[in-house]
Amino acid sequence: MKNPRPLFEQRRERRRFLRAGLAAAAASSGLAGCDALSNNETAVATLHSAERLTYTVQRALGRRAMAQEFSPADIAPTFRPNGTTLPVGERYAAMLANRFADWRLTVDGLVAKPLELSLAQLQAMPSRTQITRHDCVEGWSCIGQWKGVRLSHVLNLAQLKPGAKYVVLHCLDRMDEDDEQSLYYGSVDLDDAFHEQTILAWELNGKPLPVENGAPLRARIERQLGYKQPKYLTRVRVVADFGNIGAGKGGYWEDQGYNWYAGI
Amino acid sequence: MHWVNVICLVVLLMSGLQIFNAHPALYWSEDSRERTKVLEITQKQVDGRSVGITRVGPFEFDTDGFLGTSRGADGTEQPRAFPTWMTIPGPQWLAMGRLWHFFFAWLLVANGVAYVLWTVFSGHVRKDLLPTRAQWRGIGRSVRDHLLLRRPGGEEARRYNVLQKIAYLGIVFGVLPLIVVGGWAMSPMMDSFAPGWVDWLGGRQAARTLHFIAAMLLVAFVAVHLFEVVITGLVNNVRSMITGYWRLPE
Repeated sequence: MKNPRPLFEQRRERRRFLRAGLAAAAASSGLAGCDALSNNETAVATLHSAERLTYTVQRALGRRAMAQEFSPADIAPTFRPNGTTLPVGERYAAMLANRFADWRLTVDGLVAKPLELSLAQLQAMPSRTQITRHDCVEGWSCIGQWKGVRLSHVLNLAQLKPGAKYVVLHCLDRMDEDDEQSLYYGSVDLDDAFHEQTILAWELNGKPLPVENGAPLRARIERQLGYKQPKYLTRVRVVADFGNIGAGKGGYWEDQGYNWYAGI
Repeated sequence: MHWVNVICLVVLLMSGLQIFNAHPALYWSEDSRERTKVLEITQKQVDGRSVGITRVGPFEFDTDGFLGTSRGADGTEQPRAFPTWMTIPGPQWLAMGRLWHFFFAWLLVANGVAYVLWTVFSGHVRKDLLPTRAQWRGIGRSVRDHLLLRRPGGEEARRYNVLQKIAYLGIVFGVLPLIVVGGWAMSPMMDSFAPGWVDWLGGRQAARTLHFIAAMLLVAFVAVHLFEVVITGLVNNVRSMITGYWRLPE
C-alpha cells in the first residue's frame, strides 16, 4: 500500500480545489454579468469600438470591390420581403392608387442643384441590371435581379457641395404605425453611395418593384446587409454629418443599437 | 494566451447562438431556400400547445424545453431556438449579440495570430505537436488506452500523446481557421474582395453552416479536453497551466 500523503498536502489540495470552484463560480456569474454589461454605457461603447476597426480594415482592403453577381439560374423563386411589407397611412395609399404618378424623389442637402425626380424621369436615365445576393442581418440570404439608376448618376446631376460626407436615404414607411415621425431612414458614406453597384431600383426580377419589396423605389447597396438598403424611398439627402437626424446614429436600426457599418 | 482564448471562445459561442436565434435554420447553398435547409430549430403545434422541435435533414427530434422552446428569465415557456442561459445577452437581442461577437472575434484573431506565429517559429509545432513516426505506428494502442482511460506514466507522460497531438493540430490549423473563414464568408464586404471565393465553401449559407459545425466541433473538443484535464490530475494540470510547474504522475 502506498503511503498516504501528509495531511497538510491533502489540505492544500483541497484549498486549491475550492479556489478553482470559486473561480468557476465567478466565471459563470460573469456570464450573467454580460447582461449587466450590455446595459452599461461604457461597456457598450467598448464593444462598439470594434465597428470602427472593421470599417477601417474593410475599407483599406478595397473601396471599389464589387459584390458577386450571379446568373439568372441562381435567382430565388420568390424574393423574401422583410420589415415593412405595406406602408400604413393615406399618403402611401394614395400614391399606390395612382401608380406613383405623383410620387417624387427629392434630392437635396449639400448639393448645388436640388432635384425633384419622377419615376418616369428616373427610368429614362441610364440603368444598371444586376443579379445579387441579399444578406439579412438575421442570417438568411436571397438572390434577385435588380434594375435601376446608379445613385452616383443622380448625385452627379445634383452636384455635391464641399463638405458632403454621407448620403441619407429617407423612406415613406413608418416603423411605429401610430407615430408619423417614426419613418425609416438610413445612411451610407460616399464610398458606398458612389459605388458601381449602388442603384436606386424600380425593378425586381424583370417586373415593377412589388409593394412588399419597396415600391416604387428602393436602394441596393450590395456590400452591406439588408437593413442598410432602404425601401419606399422619398428623399436622398446629402449631409456632412447625421448627428441631428433621428436619434443621431445614422439610421432607424442604428438608433435601436445596430451597427452603422453593416459590411459584416 | 490560453485564458484569453477561453474567454473569447465562451463569449463567441454564446453570442453566436444569440445571432443564430435570429434565424434558427441552416442551409447548404448560396442563399436560403426550403429545399436546401439542413437544420431547423422551431416549434410545432401539438394539441394547441407549442412544442420545441429540432429538424436535422429529414429527421425530427422533440427538443421541447431546451431547443425550440425554453423557460425565459421570468420563468415562462417561450419560443426560442437556444435557451437564454446559453446566449449572450440572455434575452433575444440581435444587435447586442453582434456587438459582443465582433469585438471578441477581433480579440480571438489577434490572440490566434500571435499563437500561430509563436508555435511555428519557436519550434513548438515540430518538437511538441507533430506526431513522431513511432507515435503514428502506435496509434491503435493509443486509441485503446484512451478508451480504457489508461494513462501513460513516467517519461511518456511528459509529452503529448498521438491522439492529443492530432486533436491540437486539427483545432489550431483546421477548425479554428475554418471558423474564421466561415465568418468572413458571411460578411458581404469580405465577399466582394475576390468575388466568387465564397463558392469554394459552397456559398454563403453553406459557409454559415460550416461556421456552426466548426463551433460545435470546438465545443466537442473542449468537452474532451476538460474531461482529460480532470481525469489526468486536475490540480497538477491547472497548476502547470498557470505556473509552468508540473509534477510527473506516479
